[in-house]
Amino acid sequence: MAVDSVKLIDIIKVIADKITENKEYLTQLDSAIGDADHGINMSKGFRTVVEKISDMSEKDCGTILKTVGMTLVSTVGGASGPLYGTAFMRAGQAVAGKHQLDFNDLISVMEAALEGIKYRGKAEKGEKTIVDALEPAVETLKLCREEGLETALREAVEAARRGMEYTKEIVARKGRASYLGERSLGHQDPGATSCYIILEAMATQLLDDKKS
Amino acid sequence: MVGIVLVSHSPRIAEGTLDLVRQMVGDKVPIEIAAGTSDGRLGTDAAAVEKKIRKVHRGDGVLIMVDLGSAVLSAEFAIENLEEPLRSATAIADAPFVEGTVAAAVEASFGKSLAEVRAAAEGVKAYSKLG
Repeated sequence: MAVDSVKLIDIIKVIADKITENKEYLTQLDSAIGDADHGINMSKGFRTVVEKISDMSEKDCGTILKTVGMTLVSTVGGASGPLYGTAFMRAGQAVAGKHQLDFNDLISVMEAALEGIKYRGKAEKGEKTIVDALEPAVETLKLCREEGLETALREAVEAARRGMEYTKEIVARKGRASYLGERSLGHQDPGATSCYIILEAMATQLLDDKKS
Repeated sequence: MVGIVLVSHSPRIAEGTLDLVRQMVGDKVPIEIAAGTSDGRLGTDAAAVEKKIRKVHRGDGVLIMVDLGSAVLSAEFAIENLEEPLRSATAIADAPFVEGTVAAAVEASFGKSLAEVRAAAEGVKAYSKLG
C-alpha cells in the first residue's frame, strides 16, 4: 500500500460521495433518535471538504487530513463536526509532513482518529456512538496487521459493520439520543453508521488501489 | 471585565437570551453570539466560537455559555485552538443557558473575576423556581 496526496484526495472525495449518497438514510436514522440532521450535516461538511482539498495535491498527507478536520469542525454544525473534525486533525498530526503513507501509517492514522473521537466525545464503547463502529475496526486492523493489508482491511470493515449493528441493542448514553433513554433501543446509531460508511469507502479505495 | 460568548444551536435562542440580559446590564458587559451554522442551519461552529472569544476578551477572561451537545464540543474545540494566556483564561459554564447567562452577566457587570462569574452561572442550578 502506498497512498500519496493525490490518492488521499481521491479517497476523501469517494468518502464525500458515499456520505452524500446516504444523506437521506443517515437523516432518517437520526430522526428516530436524534435531531434529524446527521445526513444533511455530514453531506454539507464533506461537500465543503472536497472544495477545500481538491487543489491540495502538492501538500503533504498530514496537511490534507488536518484541512479536512478544520473544515468539518466549521461546517457540519452538529456534534459530528467536532468529533470527526478532531479525528481527522489528530490523524493529520500522526502523519505530519509525509507525502506517502504505508500500512503502518494507516494504523497510526486510525489509532489517532479513534483517540481523538474518544477524547472529544468523552465516550467509550457501548454508549451507542461512532466509537462502537470505529474502535472494533481499529482493534481488528491492529490484530490482523501480520495478515497483510487486504485481509486486515476486510476484517476491520466487517468489525465496524458488526459494531454498527450492535448499536441497535444498546441504550444511548451520549448526545441527543440519550434523552430517549431506553426508548433508543432497537434503533441503529447514525454516527456509528456514518463511521461505517466512511471506513467502507476508504477500504474499497485502498483495495482497488492494490489491484491496479 | 469578563466577556461572555453565547453558543447555541439556534441564533434565536441566543438573541432572545441576550435581549433579556441587556435589559439588566445594558452594554456594560462584552457579550457575543456564536449560534447556528454559516448557511443558516441549526448547529454550532467551532471556528465562529473561537472568533467570538477573541472579540469579547478584554484581559479578564471569557466565559462560554452552551446549550446542547455539540455546543459543548465546539466550545471545547475552540478553546484548545487558543494560545496562552487566553486559553487558560477561557472557561465553559456547566449551567442552564438562559438563567446561567443572566447570572453570569450580572456578576460580570460588577467587575468580578472569571471564577466568580462562572460560579454565579453554575450556581443557578441550585435555585428552585417554585421557591
